[in-house]
Amino acid sequence: MNAKSVIQPAWLRLTHWVNAIAVVLMAMSGWRIYNASPIYPLVFPAEITLGGWLAGALYWHFFAMWILCVNGVAYLLANGLTGRLWQRFFPLRWNELKADLWAAMRGRLSHADLARYNAPQKGAYLFAMADIALLIVSGLVLWKSVQFPLLRELLGGYDMARKVHFYAMWGLVGFVAVHGLMVLLVPRSMLLMIRGR
Amino acid sequence: MTEKKRIQTLDEQVIVREALQALPEPSRRLFLRHGLTLGGLSLLTGCSLSDDASVGNMLQKVSRFNDKVQAWLFDPNRLAPTYPDSMITRPFPFNAYYGPERIPHVAADDFRLELSGLIADRRPWSLTELYQLPQTSQVTRHICVEGWSAIGKWGGVTFSTFLKRIGADLTAKYVGFRCADDYYTSIDMPTALHAQTQLSFTWDGQVLPPEYGYPMKLRMPTKLGYKNPKHIRAIFVTNTYPGGYWEDQGYNWFGGS
Repeated sequence: MNAKSVIQPAWLRLTHWVNAIAVVLMAMSGWRIYNASPIYPLVFPAEITLGGWLAGALYWHFFAMWILCVNGVAYLLANGLTGRLWQRFFPLRWNELKADLWAAMRGRLSHADLARYNAPQKGAYLFAMADIALLIVSGLVLWKSVQFPLLRELLGGYDMARKVHFYAMWGLVGFVAVHGLMVLLVPRSMLLMIRGR
Repeated sequence: MTEKKRIQTLDEQVIVREALQALPEPSRRLFLRHGLTLGGLSLLTGCSLSDDASVGNMLQKVSRFNDKVQAWLFDPNRLAPTYPDSMITRPFPFNAYYGPERIPHVAADDFRLELSGLIADRRPWSLTELYQLPQTSQVTRHICVEGWSAIGKWGGVTFSTFLKRIGADLTAKYVGFRCADDYYTSIDMPTALHAQTQLSFTWDGQVLPPEYGYPMKLRMPTKLGYKNPKHIRAIFVTNTYPGGYWEDQGYNWFGGS
C-alpha cells in the first residue's frame, strides 16, 4: 500500500466531522425535547442534554438540523458523483457479511488495507446513512405534519412518527457506540479520518 | 445549573416568569440567553459566558430564519387531517402556563371582544353577536410543542369570515391576541385566513368550558398548541411584530405544524 496515497479525501473527512458534530447536537437537544413529554418511562438525565429547557433545546435542534441536512446532502452528492459510493460500499454480499462478522467476533478480521471496507463496515455505514435519512424524514413529519401529508401517512401518522424518530435515534446511538469501539480497536482508522491516509 | 433544572414543570415556569417580569429588560434577555446555552456549552466546549450570549444570539437568528422557512412551507390550501368524533381524546388535556387553580372565569354578560389596529369597524362584540355569525365545526389534532397531541372538536366562526366582517386589513402582516389570563400571542395573516382557522366558542358541542378557554379561543390545526390563544378578550391587526408570551421566552414564533 502506498503510504502517500490519500484514502479518505478532504471532502469526506470534512463532511464526516461536521456530521459528527451535528449528530451530537441533534441527539443531546433531542433528548431534552423528548423529556418534555416522554413516550416511555425512560427520561434522559438532564446532564447529558443540551439547551437547558425545552425552548433552548428546540433552538439547538432546529439549528443543528440545517447542518445535518446540508452536510448530508453534500456528502451524498460528492459520494455519488465521484463514484466512491459504488466502489466502496457495493457489492455488499450477505455471505461476506456473515463470514466477516464471525471473524470479527474472534478478533481475526484483518484491517491491513484500510482503503477497502469489509462487509460489516459497508453494512454499518450504509445503515448510518439510511438511519439518518429516516431521522430526517420522521423529523420533518414531526416538525410539519400538516405540510407533508404523504410522508406523515407513510410513517403511520404523527404519533407513529414520534416513535419512528425515537427508535431511529437509538439506531444511530447504537451505530456511534459500535463505531467508537471499533476506532479504539483500530486506532489507525482515527488518523485516517483526520489526515486522510 | 440549579436554576435550569428547576424550570421543568409548568408551575415552576410561572414562578420564573414572574421573577423575570420583575427584572429590567437587559437582565431578562441575558437570563434567556444564558439559560439557553449555559448547560450545553459548558458540556461541549466550556465556553465563557460572553461567548454564550453570542451563541444565544445566533440561535435566535436561526429561529427567525426558520419562521421564514415555515411561512414559505405553509400552503394556505392544505388542510390538516380531520377525524371522526369517536377519536376525540377524552378527557381532553388541560394545558396552560399556570395550574388549573388559576383558570380565569370570564363573566358572559358584560363581556365585549375588543378590536383595534388595522380594522375598519372596531366596535366591540358581545358574545350574543358572535354566536350569531355562521358556525362551523372541526375535529382536529392539537399538537403541543412538548410532543404530545390530542384530538378535539371545536365549533365557532371561521376566522377569515370574522376578519372580513370587521373590515380587517387582510394585507397586514400580523393578527395579535390578548387574553383574560394575561396570555398573549400573534400569528401571520396567511394562517389567520386559513380555512381551518376558527374563532371557537364550543368544545365537543358544549359552550367552551373555562379550562379550554371560555369565552373563546383561536383554533388553528396548522399551528402548535401555544399559538392557539384561549380566553381571548382583544384582537388587533398590525404590521408591527407583536411577539407572544412563550415566543418572547424563546419558543419559535411561527410555530407551524
